[in-house]
Amino acid sequence: MSAAPPPLAAASGADLLLWVAVPYVCLAVFAVGHVWRYRQDQFGWTSRTTQLLEHRWLRWGSPLFHLGAFLVIAGHVVGLAVPDTWTEAAGISEHAYHITAVWAGSIAGVAMVAGLGMLCARRLLTRRIRLGTDRSDKLLFPLLSATVLLGITATAAHNVFGAGYDYRSTVSVWFRGLFVLQPEPEAIAGAPLLFQLHALTAFLLFAAWPFTRLVHVWSAPIGYLVRPYLVYRRRTAPTTTHAAGARTRSAPGSRRAA
Amino acid sequence: MAQVAMVMNLDKCIGCHTCSVTCKQTWTNRTGVEYAWFNNVETKPGVGYPRRYEDQEQWKGGWMLDRRGRLVLRSGGRIKRLLSLFSNPDLPSIEDYYEPVTYDYDNLVSAPAQKDFPVARPRSVLTGRPTAITWGANWEDGLGGAPEHAGGDPNLTGAWAEKVRFEFEQTFLFHLPRLCEHCLNPACVSACPSGAMYKRVEDGIVLVDQDRCRGWRMCVTACPYKKVYVNHATGKAEKCTFCFPRVEAGQPTVCSETCVGRLRYLGLLLYDADRVGEAAATPDEKDLLDAQRDVFLDPHDPDVIAAARESGIPEDWLEAARRSPVYALVSKYRVALPLHPEYRTLPMVWYVPPLSPVLDAVDAAGGDQDDPDHVFAAVTRLRIPLEYLAELFSAGDTDVVAGVLMKLTALRSYMRERTLGEAGDEDVLAAVGLTPREAEDLHRLLAVAKYADRYVVPAAHKEDAAALSAMENRCPVETSDTAGSRTTLLGIPTLRRRTPETPAGGRP
Repeated sequence: MSAAPPPLAAASGADLLLWVAVPYVCLAVFAVGHVWRYRQDQFGWTSRTTQLLEHRWLRWGSPLFHLGAFLVIAGHVVGLAVPDTWTEAAGISEHAYHITAVWAGSIAGVAMVAGLGMLCARRLLTRRIRLGTDRSDKLLFPLLSATVLLGITATAAHNVFGAGYDYRSTVSVWFRGLFVLQPEPEAIAGAPLLFQLHALTAFLLFAAWPFTRLVHVWSAPIGYLVRPYLVYRRRTAPTTTHAAGARTRSAPGSRRAA
Repeated sequence: MAQVAMVMNLDKCIGCHTCSVTCKQTWTNRTGVEYAWFNNVETKPGVGYPRRYEDQEQWKGGWMLDRRGRLVLRSGGRIKRLLSLFSNPDLPSIEDYYEPVTYDYDNLVSAPAQKDFPVARPRSVLTGRPTAITWGANWEDGLGGAPEHAGGDPNLTGAWAEKVRFEFEQTFLFHLPRLCEHCLNPACVSACPSGAMYKRVEDGIVLVDQDRCRGWRMCVTACPYKKVYVNHATGKAEKCTFCFPRVEAGQPTVCSETCVGRLRYLGLLLYDADRVGEAAATPDEKDLLDAQRDVFLDPHDPDVIAAARESGIPEDWLEAARRSPVYALVSKYRVALPLHPEYRTLPMVWYVPPLSPVLDAVDAAGGDQDDPDHVFAAVTRLRIPLEYLAELFSAGDTDVVAGVLMKLTALRSYMRERTLGEAGDEDVLAAVGLTPREAEDLHRLLAVAKYADRYVVPAAHKEDAAALSAMENRCPVETSDTAGSRTTLLGIPTLRRRTPETPAGGRP
């Protein structure tokens, strides 16, 4: 962080806290949390499917949410990680980019919100599922919903119905600055409140990520496309996951004490 | 490779459910798998458990051949599977099994003094609320409700089945104990996106690695026998483990150990893993039985013994393979048949089809059940239609089932004569391809075999002890459930739907 003293010095204490300290702490928790969870809790690392208990809402809600989320994430990668100078250089005018982003983003966003709404509804309204909801879910669902709703509200308020807000020259600059270790808190300090709240809840979501069922994202079974159908294993050659599992079990010894 | 396989003699099954109950108490008496029965006993004809699981047009279990004759999973290829991760269209819902219940037992002792007897009302384990029990794992036990439900048996198809339904007053039934088939060509393993399911090289047991399962629930769809279950508390798949901790110790599985009718047999089968795919892709469904038998290797063949030694199968295992009652029933005497070979998974729990109702039918027709000619003729007009048994055990080929039943009939007739002090008609035996010595041997195996003859299970080897000890301080299907609280994540105890009257299972 010492690489960029002038901008940091210019920022106020609150801005430093919100736009530098909080993001870095969240990202640190995100990284360390994942390593810890992966090493300690393979048994809990699952999508925790509830399709067995309820499938009518899930049938529509889950694909809508997931496919919408893929598009939304892709949109965020483009919008946050790619500087506008690059797209200009590629011959895409700011106007064309804006129109595409707003249209594609709106469709994806609405799909994601609708899907998430259905998933939340079934979780709340189906007693079987509500009773099976654990603490991490009770943290995850509100946090995820808040992030998604703030994001789509910000887009709707400023870019669909509003005058248009060029987040690429403010929020994106701040976001990239975090990752090149040259934080520029003042870049987002002037952004509309909805964008700021969206950014903050997003970082809180990153911090919560490793401790929730969101970890199943990293287990997306792409390898299935190429592995052989039949899997044989020798009993005599325990894999490393076995060793990890053994460690996990020995930690909370109270389980077997019952 | 070697596999610990099982044969069940359906003639002896009285449907007592001891196997199911002891299995449940051992393995699935826990939160999240209340509805799971690794072993269950079905009444046939009947819809089975889960309901109509044998209807693969609906549930898409097992394998099939595509238009170009290649072996593909019925539930779709790899890309289709990944696309259905978010919502699996072919997953049975809890209603297809049943809503698990417990009872308000506490009310029996804590109810205040009153005029009426207190009762223990059923309460849903999923919602904690009073519920009405409308289905169960063996709702149709002993043909209960059969006039209403049994017509839904997916095996009752074709013109012959009309007769079954019309003459229900002269009905028939037999019991079919089922557990995971530990197939040679397991569809569940092939469908697992995470690669968490595997078949063990040493003993062929198919297991779910609880640490690698990510809850994609494709195994449940792919298994045509619906013997993989989702644990809705842990979000992971669980299945019959063939009691591998017991098998490794040289003991029979719990279902076998506790079988009151002594109808189960456990033993080794040696097989050629390289020929599994080819056998499963046999074009004609009716040839699958022979194709699978061809995959099994003769443990007496010196070439096989040499090859087995080379692949690291220990001597005592080879000796056990030679004494295997399963090899005798499956390959030598060929009286055991696989359940639904047409699913192309090459199942490894085989069945000796039930014979007794044949003789009943003969009696009813006024025939002499000691007269083999009469009995052979009667095999074609059984109380249990040959067609029905053929649907179950030979992909519809009635000749195969009739052949086995005739063999059993001849054996019974011959041994009856011998027991009564007569010479015994060896022509009858010859007609079904048995010598007197073989007949004695088969009779011994089917009728009087003792514990050590029925269960020939070699223990896992000491050389493997290091690997085993890595597993020793954990239960492979352990849930994160303790009485009253659980720790799934972060060691945070979270509330479950357990109330004092529904304590966590398995712990007194």
